[in-house]
Amino acid sequence: MKMKGAEALIESLKREGVEVIFGYPGGALLPIYDALFDCEDIRHILVRHEQGAAHAAEGYAKATGRVGVCLATSGPGATNLVTGLTDAYMDSVPVVAITGQVATPYIGKDAFQEADIFGITMHITKHNYLVKNPEDLPRVVAEAFYIARTGRPGPVLIDIPRDVSAATIDYEPVTQVQLRSYKPTVEEHPRQIAKAAELIQQSERPILYIGGGVISGNASAEVLELAEKANLPVVYTLMGKSAVPDDHPLCLGMLGMHGSAYANYAVAYCDTLIAIGARFDDRVTGKVDAFAPHAKIIHIDIDPAEIGKVKIPLVPVVGDCKRIVPEITKLVSYKPRSEWFDQINRWRQEFPLDYPHNEELRAEYVIERISALTNGEAIVTTDVGQHQMWAAQFFKCKFPRQFITSGGLGTMGFGLPAAIGAQIGCPDREVWCISGDGSIQMCSQELMTAVQCRLPIRIAIINNEFLGMVRQWQELFWNRRYSHVELAAAPDFVKLAEAYGAVGLRVEQREDVDTAIKRAREVTDVPVVIDFRVAREINVFPMIPSGGTIEQMKVHQMISAELPKAIAGQPSNGETNAVQATSTSKEKS
Amino acid sequence: MQHTITALVENKPGVLARVSSLFARRGYNIESLAVSITDDPTVSRMTIVVSGDEQTLEQISKQLNKLIDVIKVVDYTGTPVVDRELALIKVTAEPERRTEIMQIVDIFRAKIIDVSEKTFTVEVTGSSEKIDALERLLKPFGIVEMVRTGRIVMARGARNGQGSG
Repeated sequence: MKMKGAEALIESLKREGVEVIFGYPGGALLPIYDALFDCEDIRHILVRHEQGAAHAAEGYAKATGRVGVCLATSGPGATNLVTGLTDAYMDSVPVVAITGQVATPYIGKDAFQEADIFGITMHITKHNYLVKNPEDLPRVVAEAFYIARTGRPGPVLIDIPRDVSAATIDYEPVTQVQLRSYKPTVEEHPRQIAKAAELIQQSERPILYIGGGVISGNASAEVLELAEKANLPVVYTLMGKSAVPDDHPLCLGMLGMHGSAYANYAVAYCDTLIAIGARFDDRVTGKVDAFAPHAKIIHIDIDPAEIGKVKIPLVPVVGDCKRIVPEITKLVSYKPRSEWFDQINRWRQEFPLDYPHNEELRAEYVIERISALTNGEAIVTTDVGQHQMWAAQFFKCKFPRQFITSGGLGTMGFGLPAAIGAQIGCPDREVWCISGDGSIQMCSQELMTAVQCRLPIRIAIINNEFLGMVRQWQELFWNRRYSHVELAAAPDFVKLAEAYGAVGLRVEQREDVDTAIKRAREVTDVPVVIDFRVAREINVFPMIPSGGTIEQMKVHQMISAELPKAIAGQPSNGETNAVQATSTSKEKS
Repeated sequence: MQHTITALVENKPGVLARVSSLFARRGYNIESLAVSITDDPTVSRMTIVVSGDEQTLEQISKQLNKLIDVIKVVDYTGTPVVDRELALIKVTAEPERRTEIMQIVDIFRAKIIDVSEKTFTVEVTGSSEKIDALERLLKPFGIVEMVRTGRIVMARGARNGQGSG
């Protein structure tokens, strides 16, 4: 069938099941926007900045498990996607970005709004394309979606010169993708699976350490089944949050820099560490040599390059965790391990994940109340900083894909557009964006998008008038020299919300928190912004300093227990226990 | 330690940039690089000499394999290979020293491929060590200019680095 390149693009997107595009028009996109004008099957969400489009596509992808699509014009439009694409690459989010490009005769001539986005995004995408031949468009789109969603997911960019989308081609739908150099489905290795199962069965002090791969691999149920059948305590990474319910008796919460003390102690003392879809990130391990020093490691990951990148496992298993984990589950049986669980429970009691309950309006309390009043069922997106860590600590999740955050890249400005994407993808779910007074100002223009689309997103700004996380580091490690972190010069967030046509609320007292959350939940046709004026100088604890060890963990002053002096159970292989008593410091909360 | 790896890649625009930027981004050093087409015109073969320990090499090979346009990566460490480089060396050749230079060239089975009043241009192929040795011997005469290709390798015997072997 004869049609324009732009029409063939739209047809190809429809074939991939695309129902929504987050985009922003521009000169190089005119043929594509002309084709979109008549398209009834694909909804176009007009963002107010291309960065918003990329994060919204991520939020959509993370909430639904489908591929998110964003669209930006050449030059500045395309470069504005770069942060979002890097974010998607770091967190393995399936996103397809389509960019307009100047017409092929102008490429390389420094034409108006020309940027080499193909070159720029080469190593922040899983793969990218510059389409020079219009006939290639349907094949490229099919390949891009296939690459984005299979294997370890990731962003793929398609750069389309204006003359390519304007050209007339003979459209043939692509029914099959053939890439000789990309074979994402790995046959799982029965011998490795058997070895893993044997090691789990033998273990006295096992820990299941799960990451974002469990969520993107849709393997939450399978992992929980393994944990329950073999009786394994579970810790999760920031990206793995919501893979298992927070109130599950086996769940010890998040590990790492701001993880619960008991999760980190359990990892420090475990004899077997079963990593699934996790990549031993530095925010998890701290000092690598001191991370899980007694553990034999089983590492299950779909990306062979992750195995041995940071820690060399005893048993590597490459493949899809949704297929591998049930095979392991078949081979293991229940083991009480009562000594290990007793020890963990003692740590839980002695080092609870808690904060000082005083008269102040504290960020932790606000998040706890949002969690409680939404029954832990809301989709939560966050920005980056202290509020993000408090959300990870105190919002109690129930279902996979419920906690949407920027982990690897740590992108301030992610939360609001991601919430828009999540709400568009899941119109029947309640969506909260937990943000900070710094982060919200990085993409606040997207309030307009949310108002225009009548999305009832609830935005909780944890406003401490600081770039709180940087201030915390300056307080603890830089002699309280608060260099350029004060944000008292801020807009009136209530008026800002109202200026966009959203509802604005302000909370200054602890006793008003519930009322405000309830009021926000009653609004169903526009976003609500709640400016929570929380205590200014509170810190996120526990905290293991960057590159540090568990001995350097800082906890709230209220924790009265002595930190562990001797290991429970026997160190593996008779080695001496490296994690002795400790100088863990108690900090002013 | 030096390792030689080859990557069979799709013969498409941008592939060399993908590979070289991967090395730059991950902090690996390329000692030498040779790229050429294979008997299949849709496939190019890159021969890359890198230095690093076993673990670095394993990461390089895994990261290369992750690139969508990379079809196959072969590590030749510990494999018997024939390896070759080619060099062109322009050396000062005063009339009274020409015989001496020609004798050295002869011993190395190199060739003089261009002559001027003051210079010889020598073509030599062989292992890196052989070329290093010739360079060392010609240096006292005065090397005007020198250019070397990257190393290329092929496994000895019937083993095929492009196929499944």
